[in-house]
Amino acid sequence: MNAPALETRGLACRFGGLIATDNVSLNLAPGARHALIGPNGAGKTTLVNLLTGMVKPTSGQVLLQGEDVTALSAHARVRRGLSRTFQINQLFPDMTPAEQLCLAVGERLGEGGNWRGIAGADRAMASEVEDLLRRFDLMSVMDQPTRQLAYGRQRLLEIALALASRPRVLLLDEPAAGVPEGERADILAALAALPADVTILLIEHDMDLVFRFAQRISVLVAGRMLMEGSPAEVAADSRVREVYLGADAHG
Amino acid sequence: MSGEAARISAHLTRRARWGAGEIAFWIGLVALIFVAPSRALLINEILIAGLFALSLDLILGYAGIISLGHAAFFGVGAYGAAILASHGINDPIVGLVIASLIAGLVGLASAPLVLRGSDLTRLMVTLGICLMLGELANKNSWATGGADGLSLELTPIFHLFPIGFTGQRNAALYSLAVLFLLFALARRIVQSPFGLSLRGLRENRLRAGALGISAPRRLIAIYALAAVYAGAAGALVAQTTQIVSLDVFDFHRSADALLMLIIGGTGFLYGGIIGAALFIAIKDGLSTATPEYWEFWIGLLLVALVLAGRERIGARIAGLLPRRARGSAA
Amino acid sequence: MLTILFDGIAYGMLLFVLACGLSVTLGLMNFVNLAHGAFAMLGGYATALLMNRCGVPFLATLPIAFAAPAILGVALERTLYRRLYGASPLDQVLFTIGLVFMAMPIANYFLGDQPQQVHLPLFLQGRVEWGGVGIGIYRLFIILVCGAIAAALQMFLIGTRFGAQLRAAVDDARVASGLGIDVDRLFTITFAIGCGLAGLGGALAADVVGGIDPTFPVKFMVSFLIVVTVGGSNGVLGALLGALLLGVLDVAGKYYVPSIGAFIIYAVMVAALLIRPQGLFARSGGR
Repeated sequence: MNAPALETRGLACRFGGLIATDNVSLNLAPGARHALIGPNGAGKTTLVNLLTGMVKPTSGQVLLQGEDVTALSAHARVRRGLSRTFQINQLFPDMTPAEQLCLAVGERLGEGGNWRGIAGADRAMASEVEDLLRRFDLMSVMDQPTRQLAYGRQRLLEIALALASRPRVLLLDEPAAGVPEGERADILAALAALPADVTILLIEHDMDLVFRFAQRISVLVAGRMLMEGSPAEVAADSRVREVYLGADAHG
Repeated sequence: MSGEAARISAHLTRRARWGAGEIAFWIGLVALIFVAPSRALLINEILIAGLFALSLDLILGYAGIISLGHAAFFGVGAYGAAILASHGINDPIVGLVIASLIAGLVGLASAPLVLRGSDLTRLMVTLGICLMLGELANKNSWATGGADGLSLELTPIFHLFPIGFTGQRNAALYSLAVLFLLFALARRIVQSPFGLSLRGLRENRLRAGALGISAPRRLIAIYALAAVYAGAAGALVAQTTQIVSLDVFDFHRSADALLMLIIGGTGFLYGGIIGAALFIAIKDGLSTATPEYWEFWIGLLLVALVLAGRERIGARIAGLLPRRARGSAA
Repeated sequence: MLTILFDGIAYGMLLFVLACGLSVTLGLMNFVNLAHGAFAMLGGYATALLMNRCGVPFLATLPIAFAAPAILGVALERTLYRRLYGASPLDQVLFTIGLVFMAMPIANYFLGDQPQQVHLPLFLQGRVEWGGVGIGIYRLFIILVCGAIAAALQMFLIGTRFGAQLRAAVDDARVASGLGIDVDRLFTITFAIGCGLAGLGGALAADVVGGIDPTFPVKFMVSFLIVVTVGGSNGVLGALLGALLLGVLDVAGKYYVPSIGAFIIYAVMVAALLIRPQGLFARSGGR
């Protein structure tokens, strides 16, 4: 009855002879707080690209709310409720935060082809932009060009943009990457405050953040799923320790 | 609506209202035609060139599509108006509308070809399409008059105001009216959610896709609209000079429009008109002084502009104009 | 029929020499140089002026037709072009259109707008019959000279250290300079040779196109671009095939279906771009 929010079945992806993703099966219950970890080069980014539709799998399926979306394009998946953030900020540098949130909300409402109205004149739209600006503490900078914002603020805007699409499933690709120590608390607070009904897959290097945030953790190594379990189980697993200690030892 | 939401809305729609400077600009144009009727021919040329450059701004400044063959649509509009007139459709306004729409259809048909590939490919495809259309016009002289061109017989506008050589002031006013209406429409469109999504696509294609924006349809739409505008400019040239010849498809025409737009600045709609005025004034001034060599100075200006950092200059000027829609060329 | 094919090949060979420099800057260095034709014009003028005003024999002018634009090329590359290697295609287009706009009035100012004719020496004039095929001696001369240039270029690029370095630099300029290759110098020399060849092509073409006049850079810009587009981004062979295809199609098209005129060629160019946006004869995965 209750279909998983996001599911993959035997997902595989090869680039020439290189196997980037090998038979990955993942299952996220609605509202889950799930983390995906793995050493550098484990294929985390490829997996995200497969989930969002930016890369087509060699074999296997991606299911969103029980529906097969493997054949759908990236933007079609967004319209079905799958959003993402990027490891490196992908913002609109010459727009203000309010403008780009207006753009994102407008697209969700199917207004993007509307050439008669004036963007942002609609009250409901302005209220929704306001809500997002407040939620991510961007109200005070809403009318400043994005390129001038502090990096931590830009990182928050990155999440706000993804949330503006009102996703059912949200993929967060290393949301704390590069954020200076002083601004990390803001990111953690924003993650904790994400709506409970949104299913979240967190891809992260930062173990501190992962263990604080996730209810379940999947460990990806060399394109394969090494194990999946609760944070305690993952922390206790000798194979995981070996992979991480090994990875650390090699720098 | 809460106070904050109203403030956000005011921020988002801050450019939608016409500023005093803008209103003065348009009134000034009308006044200029009446104050200097002897220069009506030149003013008319500037207005039409401004419309053509505005059309290029829609695709270059707002959608980041770079073209070396925009004259294709200018030419289709010009020949469209001329051929309509030679087949008994002598009302200028009817001819203008139909010719522009034909140009728009050509734009719609060619847009999918143009949107493939890289900027480099785009340069060649747009140029190639323009050359093909020019050659078609050249070889199908039964319809176009070939190298001899076509002359137009038109009825007066509203059956009252003759345009052309006998009514140069009327012609300039007619061009100004068309320019203003199309400008106002473009101004509205770039403020719309559609216009915002184009800015999004230009600034960050990857993120725009991640917000669910499907690029091709939006870009095809703006490309076709720009083709309508270019077609209107071509039709105006045909109607107000009452003759069309093959030079409407010239590479020079595409290049000049690009120069005008770059001189005036991309991405704020007025750039095309201002650039056209500067370009034609420079050309007019220089060509009375050095009739054969005026191009040299335009070339020098262009080289200097690029080397000095076109975008930096644009940004500095933008800082002086608070109402300028933000963003420069991609 | 064979005569037309022959003339087409000769014209194609000529286009190859004119355009191969552009195929390097555009195809390999990714620089849109619309001013390429201005260098060809300079070469053409050099030959015409040396012959008509100083009485230098035709063949003796050819080295100068190569050297003059090559030297100008070095000067411009060092001072101006270099700054725009990383710039957007739009900036490159604007900059090089600006150069064309400057070059044409300069030529007009000093030499007037009448075409400068190149009068071929007697031994290059006339026709011979070979098995019923009429062959212009000058056309044959062009094919031989240009063919030799093409072969030499190919050997130069494939067989020499310079060629290998150039290919490495084009592949990844940063890695190449990390390997100790002087990329700046490499590009300057390549650019200069391209300009020189364009000048040589201009000199050879003067007779075929009815003299050199100030509009030359714009008149032939399109042909150059078509050669490069059809030939694609992979070096000498692509440009040669593109040029030959264009030359034969152009000559044959004008002879057999004059009612369509140049339409065929433009259509071929657009089609080539649509089939393979990187160029028709390019190896896949190139660039």
